[in-house]
Formats: sequence, C-alpha cells, structure tokens
Amino acid sequence: MSESVLTAPKTSALPRGGFVRRRLRNPWRRPTILATITWGYLAWSLIPLVIAIAVSFNASRSSSTVHLFSLQWWWTDPSDSLLHDPELHSAVIQSLRLSLTTMAIVVPLGVAFALGIDRWHGRLATGANFVMLLSFVMPEIILGVSVFFVFSFLLKFVPLGSTAQILGLVTFQVSYPVIIVRARLLSIGKEYEEAAMDLGATPRQSIRAVLLPLLYPAIFASAAIVFADTIDDFVTVRYLSGPVSSEPLSVKIYNFARGQPSPAINAAATFMLASTIVVAFVAYLLYRAFTKGQRTGGLGDLATRL
Amino acid sequence: MSVPSGAEPVRRGPRRSHRATDEGIHYSRWFWPSFTIPASIWLAILFILPLYTVISIAFGTVDPIFRGPLPVYEPWWWSGEQFGRVLGDSVSFYRIVYIHTFEYVVIASALCLVLAYAVAYYVARYGGKRKTILLALLIAPFFISYLMRMLAWINLLDTEGYINKILTFLHLVPHPIDWLSGRPSTVIMGLVYGYIPYMILPLYAFLDRIDINLLEAGRDLGAGPARTFFRVTLPLSRPGILAALVIVSLPMFGDYYTNNLLSGSPKTTMLGNLIDDALGSTGQGNKAAAFVLILMVLVLIPMLYYMRSTARSLLTR
Repeated sequence: MSESVLTAPKTSALPRGGFVRRRLRNPWRRPTILATITWGYLAWSLIPLVIAIAVSFNASRSSSTVHLFSLQWWWTDPSDSLLHDPELHSAVIQSLRLSLTTMAIVVPLGVAFALGIDRWHGRLATGANFVMLLSFVMPEIILGVSVFFVFSFLLKFVPLGSTAQILGLVTFQVSYPVIIVRARLLSIGKEYEEAAMDLGATPRQSIRAVLLPLLYPAIFASAAIVFADTIDDFVTVRYLSGPVSSEPLSVKIYNFARGQPSPAINAAATFMLASTIVVAFVAYLLYRAFTKGQRTGGLGDLATRL
Repeated sequence: MSVPSGAEPVRRGPRRSHRATDEGIHYSRWFWPSFTIPASIWLAILFILPLYTVISIAFGTVDPIFRGPLPVYEPWWWSGEQFGRVLGDSVSFYRIVYIHTFEYVVIASALCLVLAYAVAYYVARYGGKRKTILLALLIAPFFISYLMRMLAWINLLDTEGYINKILTFLHLVPHPIDWLSGRPSTVIMGLVYGYIPYMILPLYAFLDRIDINLLEAGRDLGAGPARTFFRVTLPLSRPGILAALVIVSLPMFGDYYTNNLLSGSPKTTMLGNLIDDALGSTGQGNKAAAFVLILMVLVLIPMLYYMRSTARSLLTR
C-alpha cells in the first residue's frame, strides 16, 4: 500500500483530538479493524471444516484425540468404513443418482424457461415468472412438506422413493438456471441473434448456433450449483424417501450426526464435499473456456451472478 | 449485476414488443411462449397443486378411524375446525415457540448483517490484489454442504471436542460445557454460521457497484470517513441490505435442522421443528399442514418484497 503513504497528509493537517480520534478521522488509514474482521470471519468459517475433514482420517473413534493418519474410516475398516458399510455405500450411489438426474432435468427445463420468459411479454408471462420466483424464495420446508402431501393424497400413483425425490428436487431447483441464465441474457443483449437472422438464419438456428454457445457459461454455472445443492439436500429428500435404501448420503448424515457420530460419517461428508468441488471446478474450467476473449470480471463476475 | 462491458447499450425504460423491435424478423406467435411451457406445467403440477393440497388438508377433516388427515379440495366444504385448533394452540401452548423463532431469526439475521456487511465492505473496497482469493474463500461455503458445516460444529462443540479442551486447558471453565443441549446461543451461532455466506455475496455485489466517485465527492465536500459512510455508502446500500436480510431470514424461519443438530432439545424449539415433528408422528397431518400454512403467511410479505425488488433490478439494469 505504497500510495497510502504518498498521499497521507502532513501531521499538521490532521484534525485535533487524541490518538484514537485522530486515527479514526484519517481517511487514508489502513482498514485494520475491517481486515481483522474479514480474516477472522474466514478463519471461523473454514477452520471447523478443516478439522471435520481431518477427523475422517483419524485412527481413533474420538473426534478430539489425534492419532496417526489413517484410511480406516474410508475403506480399511471391514465393517464401519464408507466403502464397506453397505448402508453408506448404497447411500453414496443414491446421492449421485439423484443429483445427476435432477441436474439433467433441471438445466434444460430452466434454460428453456429463461429463454422464453425473457422474450415473451404479457399477463400470462408475468404470472409464470411470478410462480417461478415464488418457488425460488419459498422456504424449503414448505415445499418439501407440500410435495410430500401431494404424493400421499392427490398423486398417489407416485410412490415415495427415487421418483418422488427427483420430482421434488427438480421443483425446488428449477429456478436456479432460470435466474442465472436470465442475468446472462441481459448482458448478452439481442444483437448477436438479430445479426444471425439478418444473415439468413431461422429463429431456431440462431438460438442453436449463436445464442446457446453464448449461454454456455451460465449453463455450466447453474449445472454446478444445482448439483452442489441437490447432493446436499436433505429436507425435501428426507420427506420423500420411501424405503431405507432410497435415503441418500445427506439424509444418512442428518440421521446419524447426533445419534451415533462416527468418523465414517465425516468420511461420507468429506466425500460429498470432494464430489461437489470436482463438479464446481469442472464447471469453472468450462466457464473460463467459454468466456475466453470476453470481458468478464472472472471470479468476481461469477460471484455477482450467484 | 454483471459488469457491463463497453459495447453494450444499457437498457432502460419499458421494453417494446418484439414485432416493433425486430424489424422484418417475425417469430410465430407461440415461438417464445412454447419455451416456457414445460417448466410452467411442471410448476403447476408440482408446486401450485401441492400448495393447494396443504390448504385442503389444513382446512380438511380427520379420518374418524385412522386419525389421518382427510383433505377437502372444494373450498365451499372447508372446515376451520382443525386449523382453528392449531391457531388456538399457537396463542397459548405454542406461543413460546413463535417467540423463540422470532428471537432467534432476528438476532441471527442482525449478527449476520453486521458481520457480512463488514466483510463485504472490506472485500469490495480494500480487496485490492487479494480480491480473487478472498472471493474464492467467500464462495467456498456455497459448495460445502450445510450438513458438513454443522457436523464440523458438532465435532468442535462436543463435550470432548476441541472448544471444551481449549477452555478447560486455559482454566476458563472448571469442567466441559455441554454446548449441544438446548442452548439458544449455540442455535443462534449455528444459524449465523449456516446462512451468512448467502448474505455476503449479494452485499458484496451491491457494494462493489457503488461509484467510488460519490464517496470522493463526499470527502471533497468535507465529510469525514464516518460521515461519508453514514451519509453516502449506507443509504446507497439500503436496498441491498434489505434484500440480503430477506435472503437469510426466509430460510431461517423454516429451519428445523440447525436446531435439531446443535440442540435437539424442546427448550429451543422453533416453528420449523413443530412442522417436522408433526409430520413425523402419525395422526398429526392436519397439524403439520396448518403450521405450514401459518409459516407461509408469516413469510409472505418478505417474500413478496424480495420478488418485487429482484424484478425491478432486472428491469432497470
């Protein structure tokens, strides 16, 4: 911060008052308090997670006594580890199945809706948009309970289990791509598409060949967010799970966290975390690849889109 | 919200219809609406219909033999008996639960706001070269499961966890404290921890957009840093603050899991726990539906406010 030294006023120009007061009045002082709060916040938000991950590699059952690095809770232990406990093992598969299926349904559904609602105006469009936004802000417990009720009373032909879970998850998630893609559509504008059509493309072609590639960054970002959010979801999914085998990892963790905590649960949570990070990273790489040459603020831009 | 790049014109004012804008290019009338049909049908069946089912159950009757709820779908046959009973309980037996819910949500949102504003302000104004890494660290919790983050605190706050180890080691407390059974402070801490990332990013996006020239103008006109902040920055960020408060408080109102994981005691029961407990026990379907309906009414105004402000920001950008 050399410039702060250069532009700092001479001592004589400082306002009167004691040291503290003078410091507070100096507009060029370094934001020490804010910096402390920020780094303190980051430590508070991230250190517990590091410890939780470390516990999963701990050779002891207790979460506080540190033993040697061990993969006991991941796969070495023949009965209680993530790989060998049949319940946890099938839960991992169920988690991945639910989130990948949900992602595959939500993204096209949401992107199409965003495209349509961005260009279609009228009372019906306003209504559809209102409902979509409502599904975004509705607390999840309301959504979970109401979908559970509809499957147990009105749409009884949908059995509780994977199908119901996916239907519920899609409903809860579909607004994410809509919001992200609409933000991107606003910054793209209509010019590219119109140019394509001036050059002879049909509306369908101009969407497929021009608009869709421009939307890829937003599509990847929303796919990653939907994946991360569904693999963590346990509110909607717990209400809609039927037999024990349909409970994904998140629900297992929720059920076991207070009852019988075990480092294997930490291993399970760490596994979820790792899979989310992989998906987020892939999405980020794709985002970078597809926005190459475009003026975006990188991470800052992505952050403000969320 | 994105950084407008130079070439793009800023759109303002009402939009004209497509036929007027796109000279010579004609979309068929159903071209754009057809894109929205799949998602609209989906939401009609799996969002609107379920909400209606909840109302039908809340105003429905009870099966005389199995005690299960019997939904009544015709509004003219609705009976207020079940709902009235729950409302009656709400002002007497369950009043403390509503008070707790409001207390925890208000305190946790306020703490979130103070902390999030400080962090967002620092990153937006003073991030400098470290902005990218700071943002990456701020985004990280988004991709870390809520459960994982709660699990981390269960590990830490356990009677044998690190927090108690440190406290007893420093002789600050004579014997380990049982943080995880019915302590409002733990629940509030958990709520802040769980929801603050959702507040920091929107606030950052908002503060980052404030024109630095306005602040300098304030300084040039003789205002000190504090005065510039309170007279310029804070008023400019008020819409962002309100939206961010709504973003965190809405899910907090429906939260039952933070409470279950970090307390699990009836002493800290919130409205969300009432719904979850009622749904978990047989013969209380009507009760669960009634509580869901009450929750929906309670959060309706903040929800509508948030939707209106989002819609406006989309239009005027």
